[in-house]
Amino acid sequence: MDAIKVLAPGGYTTTQDKGRFGYQHMGIPVSGALDYFAFALANLLVGNSENTAAMELTVMGPSLEIKKEMDIALTGANMGIRINENSVDQWRSIRVKPGDIVNIGQVQSGCRAYLAFSGGVNVPEIMGSFSTYVGGKIGGFKGRPLQKGDILETRDIPLLIKERIIPHKFIPVYPTHTVVRAIPGPQDDYFDAGIITLFQSEYIVTARADRMGYRLQGESIRIKDGMPESIISEPSMPGSIQIPPDQQPIILLVEQTVGGYAKIATIISSDLSVVAQATPGDTIRFKKIDLNTAHLLVIEEQNKINTIKKIFSNR
Amino acid sequence: MMQIGVFEKPIFRNAGDRGFIIEFGQEIDPDINAKVRAMAAALNKNAPRGVIEIIPTYRSLLLIYDPLITRPEKLVSAIKGIENTLEKTDTESCKIVEIPVCYGGEFGPDIENVEKSANLCREDVVKLHSEPEYLIYMVGFTPGFPFLGGLNKKLFTPRLKTPRMAVPDGSVGIANNQTGMYPIESPGGWQIIGRTPLKLFAPRRKNPFLYKAGDKIKFIPITRKEYTSLRKKEEN
Repeated sequence: MDAIKVLAPGGYTTTQDKGRFGYQHMGIPVSGALDYFAFALANLLVGNSENTAAMELTVMGPSLEIKKEMDIALTGANMGIRINENSVDQWRSIRVKPGDIVNIGQVQSGCRAYLAFSGGVNVPEIMGSFSTYVGGKIGGFKGRPLQKGDILETRDIPLLIKERIIPHKFIPVYPTHTVVRAIPGPQDDYFDAGIITLFQSEYIVTARADRMGYRLQGESIRIKDGMPESIISEPSMPGSIQIPPDQQPIILLVEQTVGGYAKIATIISSDLSVVAQATPGDTIRFKKIDLNTAHLLVIEEQNKINTIKKIFSNR
Repeated sequence: MMQIGVFEKPIFRNAGDRGFIIEFGQEIDPDINAKVRAMAAALNKNAPRGVIEIIPTYRSLLLIYDPLITRPEKLVSAIKGIENTLEKTDTESCKIVEIPVCYGGEFGPDIENVEKSANLCREDVVKLHSEPEYLIYMVGFTPGFPFLGGLNKKLFTPRLKTPRMAVPDGSVGIANNQTGMYPIESPGGWQIIGRTPLKLFAPRRKNPFLYKAGDKIKFIPITRKEYTSLRKKEEN
């Protein structure tokens, strides 16, 4: 049943879930929500399971006309949300009714926000996922970002009995100067002094920053003498820090499969949300971390999500 | 200095907290690639718990795991165990996939560049390009984009000086020592010599792809008329 009419699409609004797994060997990148933590919480707020199709908003939010009674929630970047011109809070459930106009504004801090609808956005499942892969024109709503006039459906689930609010201590802040943690490799042996440079310098996010990758600008990172400028092409992980011949790092993200340059380090998965919330002009410092600590952080993040699930199920 | 050729024992490279690379050599070589595919086949047949994806490449595998379910040390020791029993012949059965191609004309705007660079006539370019069975070393970059080995040296042609903003899907091209095809419309700098009427990537088809790594591609020259009728069939 029609649920949402797009009056204005915002900066770059796509449907995403956790991602499309199992097809990278065929050149299909994983896609999916860049800030998984904020995405998962938006879903939990409206009574969905953690991995349900929701909208990822970038820098500027959309204007939507609501056509069906639903619960919605906005998490992630602070964009501000108004229902019929009345401001409401993010990180909580909001009951909307047919005829309501939802306006989400310009980003104040962070870069990407997540808008979840009870039942989830109803788009066809393509190769096991609802995520939009814009480069391949597949998934999500017609394989592209939303446009003015699009009409989307949601699935039907019972509405919430009681409103839901994320406790304050779980709400992240999105500073303009950030630190992300990274593990050296896979090609850290291509570098010597370059590793020290990476972990001691500050890098600025350039305007060339999207779901494929973030190009950074700062201290040059040189490949050590005797090593080739490129590698035999191989796939990358989201968070790989690649060093191309111009010696300026690129953080590879989720709409990327094969690359041909050495990757000096890989950002830990729990800090990808920090990258997702960085905008052009923000700065990033890298901090070296070991694999065991990174795995403890993965468990810690999942525990946070599980705690929130428990809080909601007790009500 | 860098180790080259095939490694005696695979090298493990860390790729963050959810993946690692198993590297079998440092060269584009059919034997190294056969080892990669044998390992991929063994892991796919009997995937250890917690493995999410196995992505074979020219000379390595990227393994993605769920750190909430398994530990990388556990996977590494399982892989070392498999490695000791691996035979090169363990690869999944490969097939030869015939790809009809209409060479030249509007579908192959750069075929004259290849003719000039090779100093060959059209018939010879088409013959040399459609003669080999090309091994698919790996698939990636865009959905279904095959990295092929075995292009005849005479046809090596540098990339276009200015890449195109949009190369139509189905385009067949040459870039230096490589030949390949564009399954979806994408930007690209390859010399485009022809086009296949087949849909190389159809996300809603039961099998969205016509081939996988380890298969071989054989190009079959067709006429413009055959292209049109095959294309019509594909679209239905």
